[in-house]
Amino acid sequence: MFFELCTLKTGGFIMDYVNAFIVGGIICVIGQILLDKTQLMPARILVLFVTLGVILTALGIYEPIVNFAGAGATVPLPGFGYALAKGVINEVNTEGFMGVLTGGLKATAAGISAVIVFGYIIALIFNPKAKA
Amino acid sequence: MNKHLGKQTIRFDNPPVILASSSIVGPREGEGPLATYFDTIIEDELYGESTWEKAESKLIEKALEKVIEKANKTIDDVKYIISGDLLNQLTASTFGIRNFKVPFIGVYGACSTMAESLSVAAIIVEGGFADYVIASTSSHFCCAEKQFRSPLELGGQRPLTSTWTVTGSGAIFLAESGEGPKITYITTGKIVDFNIKDAMNMGAVMAPAAADTIINHFIDTERDENYYDLIVTGDLGKVGKELLLDILKQYNYDITSKYMDCGIEIFEADKQDTHSGGSGCGCGAVTLAGYILSEMGKGKWKKVLFVATGAMLSQVSLQQGESIPGIAHAVAIEN
Repeated sequence: MFFELCTLKTGGFIMDYVNAFIVGGIICVIGQILLDKTQLMPARILVLFVTLGVILTALGIYEPIVNFAGAGATVPLPGFGYALAKGVINEVNTEGFMGVLTGGLKATAAGISAVIVFGYIIALIFNPKAKA
Repeated sequence: MNKHLGKQTIRFDNPPVILASSSIVGPREGEGPLATYFDTIIEDELYGESTWEKAESKLIEKALEKVIEKANKTIDDVKYIISGDLLNQLTASTFGIRNFKVPFIGVYGACSTMAESLSVAAIIVEGGFADYVIASTSSHFCCAEKQFRSPLELGGQRPLTSTWTVTGSGAIFLAESGEGPKITYITTGKIVDFNIKDAMNMGAVMAPAAADTIINHFIDTERDENYYDLIVTGDLGKVGKELLLDILKQYNYDITSKYMDCGIEIFEADKQDTHSGGSGCGCGAVTLAGYILSEMGKGKWKKVLFVATGAMLSQVSLQQGESIPGIAHAVAIEN
């Protein structure tokens, strides 16, 4: 009853949360399994996930996942690859072949700039501490 | 008389004497089971400095000051300092001792450095080249993470086979004569490489090296495990310990009842979440300088074989996909 009410009043937002949780969770579980069961270092897993995001988007597989799970698919690392690939596709469609080189960074400029700006601010404010 | 025995061992006919030893450790080591044995426990890992590296240099400086004080000597008596650490270009040692104005020999043996510096110091003293020499080493958890793994800010996870680098420094004051335990033999290790590439499993890298050095020590000195009261390795951890005992059993040496690993002793793994155990130059150094030597003084052990183990990798060698060679040096200390 409560669930139906929520769905009626909000257009299914509860399910949005659940879908995001499940898909985002599965992506993180894959990362955790790679950390525990292989000798891959974190940096390699990072690159692997971003690259996979690009490839899956190019093959048209990642877009449906994003439509289904929203932030659950765009926030984890493959989501960055998705944004890169999507940016290139859009730019190529509007600007032509040079979009291959410009589209990716344009689409992810906000994310990259935010990392640099916030990274700098955090480094100014805080000092690293030993693991407790 | 020929002092060199067999392949890797030196016998000291006038054994150098350990006049004093000192140890200084970080807060986590200070919460561990050996806490009461350490001279100084610092309250925070920065030790009042602005960087981890400065803190590590200060650890060495304080360990050296303490050992000179405990030996009732002055800095002018010291003819050489033999020291090494895990930082690039041995900066922890060189910056730590720069105010002492004493001739310095830097050594690098990764986590085997305590046995290495002690070996070099013993050769100098027994050779009659100097009457008083200090051997020391240090490591710092935060520096070592940055140097060999990833910066602390990354906040990465540690697998269960990984060890925890000890924050601490140990120093040993060697003299030509006097009261104290003596260094009777050293067995210098060779590089042993079993093509292991997992930097998170140093125990497996170093165990074969430890076994190789122990076996060669037994062969060269015509001793066996029954001669010693204690055979102690530097930082094999739980994983490496099992491997070492297994390998030695294949060669018909059963050291199980006399065996100890500094990395396992220094932390209470379950409570302190240190996984496979302690590691780093400081691990063997503070356990030897703090725990083992003071218990030898009380008579708990009379004949100890100290085998410090090291993994000779660098960030570059690791990134280029090279395997990790191990090494182990043994020092026989007897009352």
